[in-house]
Formats: sequence, structure tokens, C-alpha cells
Amino acid sequence: MRYAYYPGCSLHSTSREYDMSTQAVCQALGIELEEIEDWICCGASSGHMTSELMALALPVKNLVLAREMSLDTAVACAACYSRLKVANKVMSSNGNPRVPYVDEIVRTGGGGARPYRGEAKVKHLLEIVTDEYGLDTLRARVTRPLDGLRIAAYYGCLLVRPPEVTHFDDPEDPTTMERLIAALGAEPVDWPYKTECCGGSLALTRTNVVAKLCHDILEMAADEGAECIMVACPLCQSSLDLRQAQVNRRYGTDLHMPILYFTQLIGLALGMANKELGLNKLIVSPDSLFRAKALV
Amino acid sequence: MSLQLPLAESDIAFLHEVERRSGQNLARCYQCGKCSAGCPIAFEMDHPPHQVIRGVQMGMRDLALSSRTIWLCAACETCSTRCPQDVDPAGIMDALRRIAYAEGVRSPEQDVPLFHRLFLGSVRQFGRVFEVGLIAFYNLFSGHLTKDLVIAPKMLLKGKLSVLPPSMRHGKGMKEMFARAEALEAELE
Repeated sequence: MRYAYYPGCSLHSTSREYDMSTQAVCQALGIELEEIEDWICCGASSGHMTSELMALALPVKNLVLAREMSLDTAVACAACYSRLKVANKVMSSNGNPRVPYVDEIVRTGGGGARPYRGEAKVKHLLEIVTDEYGLDTLRARVTRPLDGLRIAAYYGCLLVRPPEVTHFDDPEDPTTMERLIAALGAEPVDWPYKTECCGGSLALTRTNVVAKLCHDILEMAADEGAECIMVACPLCQSSLDLRQAQVNRRYGTDLHMPILYFTQLIGLALGMANKELGLNKLIVSPDSLFRAKALV
Repeated sequence: MSLQLPLAESDIAFLHEVERRSGQNLARCYQCGKCSAGCPIAFEMDHPPHQVIRGVQMGMRDLALSSRTIWLCAACETCSTRCPQDVDPAGIMDALRRIAYAEGVRSPEQDVPLFHRLFLGSVRQFGRVFEVGLIAFYNLFSGHLTKDLVIAPKMLLKGKLSVLPPSMRHGKGMKEMFARAEALEAELE
């Protein structure tokens, strides 16, 4: 199994531990990731909120590079995943007047002469692990089952919505991560907020809104008995982890909910070292929880 | 008796502009309010999403473009996933934001478009986002000088923020792309 790997900006900065744990786990499982050389930002929310054409041209420039590699593209960030998939949907559609304009912009940026029509398939790493690598194969590789660990799966927005773009599981009640949690030997928590929004795109500008949304999510997870939350998006992780102290101050709560990437939890179940998985980079430390569960 | 609403020509032109830019037929919206009911940020908005859409149906350009709503919408796509009439309210918000952004319409949520401008400025220069630079400029230009000063040192210690910008080599061709897009976007209209 070999993929063109698109890490995106967050995995090279605020979410390095997602990149580290992704690379470590994929290497252990024999999933080869070849990073797209000279990848650029997908434009994220700022792109699609302000410019119709750059919202498409930025992802397409990357997809043209992936097409040259003749590999499917593996994406770790749910926001990048969404932007790349929207671009593929538009570029492969018939008669959308934006398509030739996007081709022209990408050409201007040195992105190859051949028009792009959505040839580079885009997959989220979660899909690659659960569907292509397979949960049965993964279960057989687990050396340290996460016995008794109660995990709330948090999907957030852009993995599952809009469904006609991502085609990822059920948009209102996805269960992909729950199946993964069970395969790792842990216990998935049944809770109603798994596809609520963390407010990620307002992280810097309206931190109070983010704090309110994160408070509701964290408290619901705690109320339903979760000991930690599993995520598959660097923006969800940053909101819930980085802002947790602010949530506690603002709402007088005493939450201590580690927010872990699914790759970190897979790595833990494969017996990998904390440092390899970047567990020390999390703001809300999972150390005491893992000690209590004899997972370290 | 005419059943047509007495809208001015300019009102109808605005409605059509939003329809063209969003690819949506706004007549489909029958104001059930499901978008607002599921909107995680409606509590902070001046007009919940279905009211903004009603405003556009009525050609109320100022209400729509200077609302807090268009900049507070987090693009979570809950509304578009649930709309019983297959309208894409998140796409309509994008169209409204793009018009407001291009025309520099003042909004009580000025910090949000400022953030987008700085974010894309970083992409234009480096090809990737230089977060430390983005946060510093955002705090400077928005006047929130001490924002996140508690979190930033923690993030630096954990190696989550890089004080050095990304290599300039990824920024090759970016300025040309942005300039071409700006010219072509005017053509699309």
C-alpha cells in the first residue's frame, strides 16, 4: 500500500504529533507514505470564504502534483480533506464555468499544462486504516490492547459533511471510529455530540465562541463516561486540547480530558513508545490516565 | 392582482447575484428554520441563517452583507446537510462573504475578514501558513495585543510553534496565482 501524502500546514506546526504518529503507525503497518514535494496550503476556511477561484486552485495545484505521482492521496487533516474533495467534485463536473479558470490559475503558478479533471483520488487516513488496511488485519497486530479505556469518538464537521462531497460514513451518526476503538481493545462511548462543531475556523478570532462549543462537547463526553476523546482532525484537537484550560476558567469546570489523535491510540495499542507518538506534545497530558490503565 | 413582491430592480439584481455566485435557487427555501435550529453558532448571530436567506430573497443587501452572521458562520455544513429543500445555506454564506470581502463592506465582525486576509497573505508569500507570523500580525492589526499570550509559551515549549517561517521555495508561483485569480474572478461576475 503506497500513497501520496498531503500533511497540510497544521501537521507541520501546531499538530506535529499528528504527523509523527501518522508516520510511525503507517511505517509499522507497512503503509507507505510519500510526501508530495512542494505541497502548498489548501486555503482552508480563509480560501473558500473569500475567493471562489483560489478556494479551488490551491487544492488543485496539490492534486496535480499527486496526479504526477500516480498514487492515491492520503490526507490526515479533515479540513484539507474537505477542500481537496470539494475541488475534485467541481473539477470532475460537467459544464461548471469555473473549471477552465482554475486550470488557468494553476498553470500560472507552474502547475502543469494538462487540464485537471479530478484524476487524483483523495482518502482520509482513517478510511485508509479502517477500509483499505482493514480492522481485522489491524486487530491481529495489537500487542497492547487498550483494555478498559473508555473513548469518545469525535468526528467534528468536515469528515462527514457535506455527505455528497466526502461520502464518509453516515453524516449524523458515523461509527467508523467506534469500530476502530473496539478493534484496539478499548470501549467506545455512546454519546450524542460526535458530529457537533468545535468552531475551529473561529479559533483565533472568536475564541469565546470556540470556548462555548468546546465546553459543551467536553462536558457531554465527560457526562457519558469518556476518559479521553479520539479525533481525526488537527483543528478539532487544537480547539479541545489547547482551549481546555480556558474552558475550565470560564465555566468553572474541572475537566481533564486528553484529546488524542486516532493514530496515537493505534500506536499505543501497537506497543509504540510515547515519544514516538508525540504524546508529550499534548497540552492536556494523558500520562496519569494511561498509568491508571497500565498502558505505559 | 399580481402575486409578485414589490422589489426594486436593484434588490432583484442582488438576489440574482447571490444565486449565481452560490449556484443556489433561493426560491426553494420555504423558511422552515431547520438551518437555524441546527446551527451551532446561531446563539451569537444577529440574524439566524434562515433570516439572512429571507433577507436575500427580499433583496436586502445591507442586512445580509453587514450582518455578523456571514462572518460567524463556521462553515460546519450542518445546515446544508439537513436542509429538506436541498438548499445549501453554507454555500450562500460563502457567496455573501465573498461579495462583502471583495467590496470591503464594514461589519461588526471585522476581525474575521482581517484574519482571512492575513492568512491568505501568509499563503501568498510562503505557499504555506506561517503561524507565528499570522498570530503576531493578527494581534497587532486587530488591536488584541495580548491575546493568547498564556498559551503561546506552552506551545513553543512543546515544539508546536515554529518561530522560523517555512522555506520560501514553496511560495514559488503563488503571487502570480493570486493575481490571476483576482483578474479572473472579476471576469466571472
